[in-house]
Amino acid sequence: MKPEDRLEEKNPIEDLLRMDRIPHIWCPGCGIGTVVTSFAEALKRSRLDLDKVAVVSGIGCTGRVAGYVKLDSFHTTHGRAIPFATGLKLANPELKVVVFSGDGGIFGIGGNHFIHAARRNMDLVVVCVNNFNYAMTGGQVAATTPEDANASTAPYGNFEYPFSLPYLADAAGATYVARWTALHLRRVTKSIQEALAKPGFSLIEVITPCVTLYARRNRLGDGLSLLKYYYDKSEIQHGADTRSLAIGYQDKLIVGKFVDREKPTFLDAMNTHLSKVLGDDYQLYGRLNNGGN
Amino acid sequence: MKRVKADPKGVLTGAHFLDGDFAIAEGALAAGCRFFAGYPITPSTETAERFSERIPSVGGVFIQMEDEIASITALIGATWGGQKVMTVTSGPGFSLMMENIGLACMTETPLVIANVQRGGPSTGLPTLTGQQDIMQARWGSHGDYEIIALSPDSPQECFDLTIEAFNLAETYRVPTFVMTDECVGHMHEKVVIPSPEEIEVVERKWYTGPKDKYLPYKLDDDGIPHMVKAGDGYHFHITGLTHDEKGYPVINADAQDTCVRHLVGKIKNNAEKIIRIEEDETDGAEVVVISYGITSRVAIRAVQQARKLGIHVGNLRLITIWPFCEKRIRELAGKVKAFVVPEINFGQIVLEVERCTAGASRVIGVPHCGGWVHNPADILTAIKEAVK
Amino acid sequence: MIYFGDMKPKRGEIHIDKDRCKGCGFCVEYCPEDVLELSEEFNIKGYHPPAVKYPDRCIYCQLCQTICPEFAIYVTLTKKEEAGETRESRP
Repeated sequence: MKPEDRLEEKNPIEDLLRMDRIPHIWCPGCGIGTVVTSFAEALKRSRLDLDKVAVVSGIGCTGRVAGYVKLDSFHTTHGRAIPFATGLKLANPELKVVVFSGDGGIFGIGGNHFIHAARRNMDLVVVCVNNFNYAMTGGQVAATTPEDANASTAPYGNFEYPFSLPYLADAAGATYVARWTALHLRRVTKSIQEALAKPGFSLIEVITPCVTLYARRNRLGDGLSLLKYYYDKSEIQHGADTRSLAIGYQDKLIVGKFVDREKPTFLDAMNTHLSKVLGDDYQLYGRLNNGGN
Repeated sequence: MKRVKADPKGVLTGAHFLDGDFAIAEGALAAGCRFFAGYPITPSTETAERFSERIPSVGGVFIQMEDEIASITALIGATWGGQKVMTVTSGPGFSLMMENIGLACMTETPLVIANVQRGGPSTGLPTLTGQQDIMQARWGSHGDYEIIALSPDSPQECFDLTIEAFNLAETYRVPTFVMTDECVGHMHEKVVIPSPEEIEVVERKWYTGPKDKYLPYKLDDDGIPHMVKAGDGYHFHITGLTHDEKGYPVINADAQDTCVRHLVGKIKNNAEKIIRIEEDETDGAEVVVISYGITSRVAIRAVQQARKLGIHVGNLRLITIWPFCEKRIRELAGKVKAFVVPEINFGQIVLEVERCTAGASRVIGVPHCGGWVHNPADILTAIKEAVK
Repeated sequence: MIYFGDMKPKRGEIHIDKDRCKGCGFCVEYCPEDVLELSEEFNIKGYHPPAVKYPDRCIYCQLCQTICPEFAIYVTLTKKEEAGETRESRP
């Protein structure tokens, strides 16, 4: 019997997807779909009111995630998902805003926005799918491309130095930073769950195979081979010093939860400070001590 | 459109001595703006500073973002979070905002941007006046779209037209610009702020139907779709890609045609309702002077002097710059000997006047590259030239 | 008293949406009980979808459901299991 014939049974994730837009555009063997499932699982387990969860994406392959999840979702301009999410969250502090975007958007063109949102400890969860290139536009070199890797605009190999994303996030002031590969399904789910429950700026980097571009240009096999490779090369080191987390080309990947600290969010700081200075004149915005919403 | 009385919390009723920048901030607060994301840039910074001082007691958020791109993007996010929003900037910041002004147009997001213009191009004259971004307001972003732009000539109008800008933005779900300049922005004059009951504010066109039937871009009878905000359970999707009624991307020529015709049509077809101009003795005039903003105040002196010389000069002030008052210019064209168009730029609105006149009358521009206002004598010379 | 010896793993029933599959092979590779194999048949797009080789080995770990990037495979408890299940005891 086909799944559609059993009316009471369907893939549980379909409640969270815009089924009128499935199948999606991602390549066979691309890890983004897997990250979306891990995210959906985290949403379910967190028992958040799904009316109050909003997803903001930028442009790119990962940027298409907003179009497939059945939540209030926004497909914005390249690199600008984080300031959009900032405005959305500040306008309606009850929302839980998740930024789902790729390494090119968030750390390339959007790098400035990332560090400032982290600095302010804006209450956002940023899920960054890192496939080491600008995939949607054809596999160009990105700020995360490892040295010596091949990309369409580094046809002789990349000689630039990449970012170490957890290091950058930590330095900028993020209060929750974790890195996993796409195969660490349940750990990604757990990290997203923890980040959703925690007020403040969270970054979860998920290293994902890019089959058609990064893997093909560097002859790294298909999606399965690269997924396997990343997982096998990964070593869990919770709490590792973020200075030691650089990724070399096809090298060891250190994964885990690196940063988990407490700090008042932007709104908490605003409310606390202005209440102190202005006393009764101040109109409280949102809720004081926004913890856990 | 649902009109309500202004929220008293934001209205600083009374007679004040304010500069244009401050008046813009007060206008925004009176109109119900409770979110401001901006970046400092001379000569607009005072608006941001005023807003940051006032908003804690009114209730809302002021955030200084890391750049103008972040500012305009945060505004769009905040609008979809349910707030009325504004920012203020000048030439260089305006240029940075262009991509996301396009996003606001494409997603039909109401917001207000005030541009306190200064001499350009590039860093130009940060502390001195200009009117050089007029065409940029209309054409600055890529693609086809239409916007609304207003031009105040005094701090009082800065207050009034900012409120009107919010109302127009909500009515037509379009970014609306308040194109003022350094002179008006930094000039101090009496600004009378009425009581909240006397201020009419347009409420956002909220959707009230069943949740499962909501289509983000389905046109209503007035040609404008209903809006919702995130958090109310509609689970809608908004994208900058060409989209259909559901808000989903549709990448083909037919969808593009429908999409763009709507974005352009909603302003073009309502132009007569939107446009406001002020005319003085234009009927039967030999020459009509067309100006806007601070130049219109200088033009008054030239017009008075010309009338003393016996020339029948009409004075036409643009309060709404975009959409441009094509119909009125076409009516006057052929009936007047010439139009004289002074502006503090090398010739921008004069091109529109030339286009609409289509050769039926002479069009004499009085350009000024910026830094100061015109000398009335230059405008008078042009008027005298026009009647030869 | 040997307590753990009495515990039995759950039994799952696998549902595959063959036409949604893009043949990436993740589920086949990572099923801990090697329940799946890539089938010989082609789906509508020309890929080889997975097929259940050993249905009795499925322990309802839901890894295939979580890993599939196409949302094309999911597991439900077999009817027999469901009868004895309460809401709280489901993972």
